[in-house]
Amino acid sequence: MRDGGLVKTVKFSKERYIGDPINAVKIFNEKEVDELCLLDIGATSEGRAPAYSEINEIVSEAFMPVGYGGGIQTMEHIERLFKIGVEKVIMNTSAFENEKLVKDASSVFGNQSIVVSIDIKKDMWGQYKVFTRSGKSKQKIDLITAVKKMQDLGAGEIILNNIDRDGTMQGYDLEPIDKVSKAIEVPLVALGGAASIDDFVAAVQHGAAAVSAGSMFVYQGIHKAVLISYITSDTLENKLLNK
Amino acid sequence: MDYSSQNIVIIDYGMGNVGSISNMLKYLGAKATISNDYTAIKNADKLILPGVGHFDKAMENISRQSLLDTIHEMALDKKKPFLGICLGMQLMCNASEEGNSEGLKLVNADVKRFNFPNNKDLKIPHMGWNYIQPQKQSNILHGLEEQSRFYFVHSYYVDCAHENDVLTKTTYGNSFVSSFEHENLIGVQFHPEKSHRFGINLFKNFLQHY
Repeated sequence: MRDGGLVKTVKFSKERYIGDPINAVKIFNEKEVDELCLLDIGATSEGRAPAYSEINEIVSEAFMPVGYGGGIQTMEHIERLFKIGVEKVIMNTSAFENEKLVKDASSVFGNQSIVVSIDIKKDMWGQYKVFTRSGKSKQKIDLITAVKKMQDLGAGEIILNNIDRDGTMQGYDLEPIDKVSKAIEVPLVALGGAASIDDFVAAVQHGAAAVSAGSMFVYQGIHKAVLISYITSDTLENKLLNK
Repeated sequence: MDYSSQNIVIIDYGMGNVGSISNMLKYLGAKATISNDYTAIKNADKLILPGVGHFDKAMENISRQSLLDTIHEMALDKKKPFLGICLGMQLMCNASEEGNSEGLKLVNADVKRFNFPNNKDLKIPHMGWNYIQPQKQSNILHGLEEQSRFYFVHSYYVDCAHENDVLTKTTYGNSFVSSFEHENLIGVQFHPEKSHRFGINLFKNFLQHY
């Protein structure tokens, strides 16, 4: 989300406008999506708090649980988000710049509702580096140390978001999913690159507890026409649970 | 079916977002009023008691807004269809381990905290999608398939004094009461308004069969 509109990126840039979030949520209701993840990618860079009234409107339309991330900086922000009906809050930049927030939030609101999203990108030597601030700020901390630290601080869930694969629909990069899931006990959600249900199966086989996707659900065909879609829960369960 | 003539009131006592509940009812063609007004609640055909948050705080809000007698009158004397959701279900009970306040005492049940001393893998709150297992026949479950999933977020669960009030059970560590039904009174621990088609089905039954 940016400026109240829904956008989709490729490798965290090349933003393309997809549509109005309320309309998208209504379509996702029809498609019986299990969980929505709403990320305001403009909030932190613009240095502003979550856009509560817009989030409130989206949450009210959603017939499924909603996780929200973007611009969260204080306990008051988090409290207000839960008050307007968000089920989970997702932190990225603030988790690294203010570790205490992850700790305080998970002890007050429960680990289950605090999610840390870790954005990664490979460097020229093939090492996975951790980034914050929409992929602009490289962290010194090594990936495995970072995820363990977030788990210890109280994150109940880790979203592993692969910047190199974002919007590319080339499939998940399975190597970091494998490594990170072996290092932590909390669920790992794979994000970045999914194009098909086979990609989901592969991620689960490599240790992901859950899978997520953006482009796959908003684009159709090789020319990437905007068409929101989803997989039926029967297909998902057959493929993922009988793997 | 046309449900527009029904007067559904979602009791608003200032805890949590009730937007999804009223939107799901709207989606089904019903109109719900969100209100804490004594007259509006008195004129309701059906009542929904939502809720997220602390038990005592909720009871305090209900008492402060002088809604206690009205709720009793509608639920117990007039026997209006009454649906409690999540904390709303727990408030319908006698008391809760979460606090010291008395509950609404509509159904003979108590609210207890999850405790899994022997299984550290089971996190509290119980959060996520889970299945319900019917324990008796009921119109509120009409049309729900065997593997119906609902979304849960709770640290406390209801323990019914009378086994015949138990409508469904769900397994999390142990088996617990995920919904009850006693005459006109229904309570669900899960969030139908966050459980897409399964929740829509349940609300539809509440509109159609009650």
